[in-house]
Amino acid sequence: MSAQAATAESRAAGTARSWLRDRPIVPLFLLLIGLVALLEVVQPGIVSPSWVSGTVRFAVPLAILAACQTMTMLTGGIDLSVAVVASMSSYVMATNVSDVGWFGAVVLALIPAAAVGLVNGIGVGIFRVHPLIMTISTSLIVSGLVNVYARLNITGGTRVPPEISFLGGQTLFGFLPNNLLVFVPLAIVILVALRGSGYGRLLYAVGDNEIAARLAGVRVGHVLVVLYVISGVLAGLAGLIYAGVIGSATGRLVDPYLLPSVAAVVIGGTSIFGGRGGYAGSIVGALILTVLVTLLNVLQAPEAIRQILFGAIILAVAATYTRITQDA
Amino acid sequence: MTDTARAGEGRLDRAAARGWIGRVVRGDAWTAGLIVIFVALFVLTRILRPSFDLSGLAIASLPVAFAAAGQAIVVISGGIDLSIGSVMALTNVLAATLLVDASPEASVPIVMLVLVAGLMIGMINGVLVVVSRVPDIVVTLAMLFVWAGAALLVMGTPGGGSTPWLRELITGDVGIGLIPRALIVLLAIVGIVWIPLRRSRLGLSIYAIGSNQLAAFRSGVQVARTKIVAYALAGFFGALGGVSLTASTGIGTPIPGPYLLLSVAAIVLGGVSLAGGRGGLLGPIVGIYILGLLRADLTFIGMEPAYSQVIQGVIMVVVVMVGAYVTLRRRTA
Repeated sequence: MSAQAATAESRAAGTARSWLRDRPIVPLFLLLIGLVALLEVVQPGIVSPSWVSGTVRFAVPLAILAACQTMTMLTGGIDLSVAVVASMSSYVMATNVSDVGWFGAVVLALIPAAAVGLVNGIGVGIFRVHPLIMTISTSLIVSGLVNVYARLNITGGTRVPPEISFLGGQTLFGFLPNNLLVFVPLAIVILVALRGSGYGRLLYAVGDNEIAARLAGVRVGHVLVVLYVISGVLAGLAGLIYAGVIGSATGRLVDPYLLPSVAAVVIGGTSIFGGRGGYAGSIVGALILTVLVTLLNVLQAPEAIRQILFGAIILAVAATYTRITQDA
Repeated sequence: MTDTARAGEGRLDRAAARGWIGRVVRGDAWTAGLIVIFVALFVLTRILRPSFDLSGLAIASLPVAFAAAGQAIVVISGGIDLSIGSVMALTNVLAATLLVDASPEASVPIVMLVLVAGLMIGMINGVLVVVSRVPDIVVTLAMLFVWAGAALLVMGTPGGGSTPWLRELITGDVGIGLIPRALIVLLAIVGIVWIPLRRSRLGLSIYAIGSNQLAAFRSGVQVARTKIVAYALAGFFGALGGVSLTASTGIGTPIPGPYLLLSVAAIVLGGVSLAGGRGGLLGPIVGIYILGLLRADLTFIGMEPAYSQVIQGVIMVVVVMVGAYVTLRRRTA
């Protein structure tokens, strides 16, 4: 009798585990809700529509950067140039807007972003350089070039045009952040494309088994070149939106977001070795990190403790995730 | 023995010989080439500025050279340590805090203590990688925050102090003023730790798990233990880097410097494969010196630091592209 109960129990546990394995987004949502609940307990009354709006507004640029990391990681790569590319775009936009208007400035800002992506893609896809090395090198080059540009541009000031501020910093109906106008369609396209489009499946195929993909006729090099260009453009977009959120732009504006963008994807359950994961998890991961930062701020923990907790939580979530999703 | 068998044997011998020669050439040619580039750059620097002294460069490069050595060991074992800059910051402030009021007699055990602390920090990284089964890059990314936070906990703002003998140890030249003392300290410490290790069973295990973890496991290598040792060594070298920061600056700074990127750049230049199992420690160290000389040269010809960063990045890209292209050609040929 008791033996039977134990078997049933373990079977139930097994079912629960496999159910969770198929829906890794569920524990993430629970974690997010738990963090929000904890925040409300720590400081009653903080969780309000305007707070949610603010959190989402700050999470959107991070979530877009996480899209770059998600897609590159699905192929077994990584893009460590996203943060400097985002900073570059915001700075290029802000320095040119007085001359060419907001639309021209946005276009001008996204061209170098795409160019950096193209260089990354050629290095990774055609020359087979390790993505980590390639993107670290290009980020060195880009941050150097931004410094050079800042020197040449010393007379021209920076300005964030009202159109960008509208998208980044303001809300519809008092609580719906405007940057969702960009982000929601973008997220839907990425989610659908990763699941349903041929190109999306190719990313999974390349990451899962590159040799098999190659033998099946996939032009892996081309897939990667396109991928890194997309990643560069998205990073530029994230920089523009972040400039709108903050209301100003400098050459190093988005640099601190590099490691969080990787962390959001890791928390979101995309395997850094490629072939497994998705964008939905990364979005929740970006939200979790943003709420976590608020929580640590509200606790008024000193910077030291905040950093330690931040790292410890990333590791704990990643470890738990590995336990859930790996075959026992 | 039949002729065919003998012919076959001869072919085997030749193949073995070619493999052996190829290995030496491939392994050492890269380092030799780097040394040639280094000497050429040094001569160029002397021409540009006859008063140029290598010892300043050696002191400035010492912390990051140690970091590159530590990073190289982890990468050879098939991992990567993103936390090495934070570990350096932590040991840097630890040393500066403990040394500020220490008597010269007490300072020796204090330095030892900091190095042991670095070893323990690295060991913690390694244990977490092994136990959590999370990829190395993620674990050390998380630990990057943890150790940086710990450094801030030890010391909120730059401060503390050093002890005179540390500075004297790395300042000046030996002999006729050609070989800087900091370079000798670096080579001596790295040599004492690495040369016996590389020849030992443990060193072979480090290369084995980096080359093919499953094959190493099936051949009886203690994969988990070896990994922890590799990370512990990286922590140890990180601590050496931290202590040499204390020695050269005289204070502790809790904010990690750009040492992570530089250490990765150096191992790539130094011919260590990021896939693991290949490379040594000399190449990355020469790589650090080349990058340093290059920076000095670009300053001497009046170039702004911003440009020299761009040029460094371009050189890295070109080097890795050429390296990758050569490997690709060899594989398809």
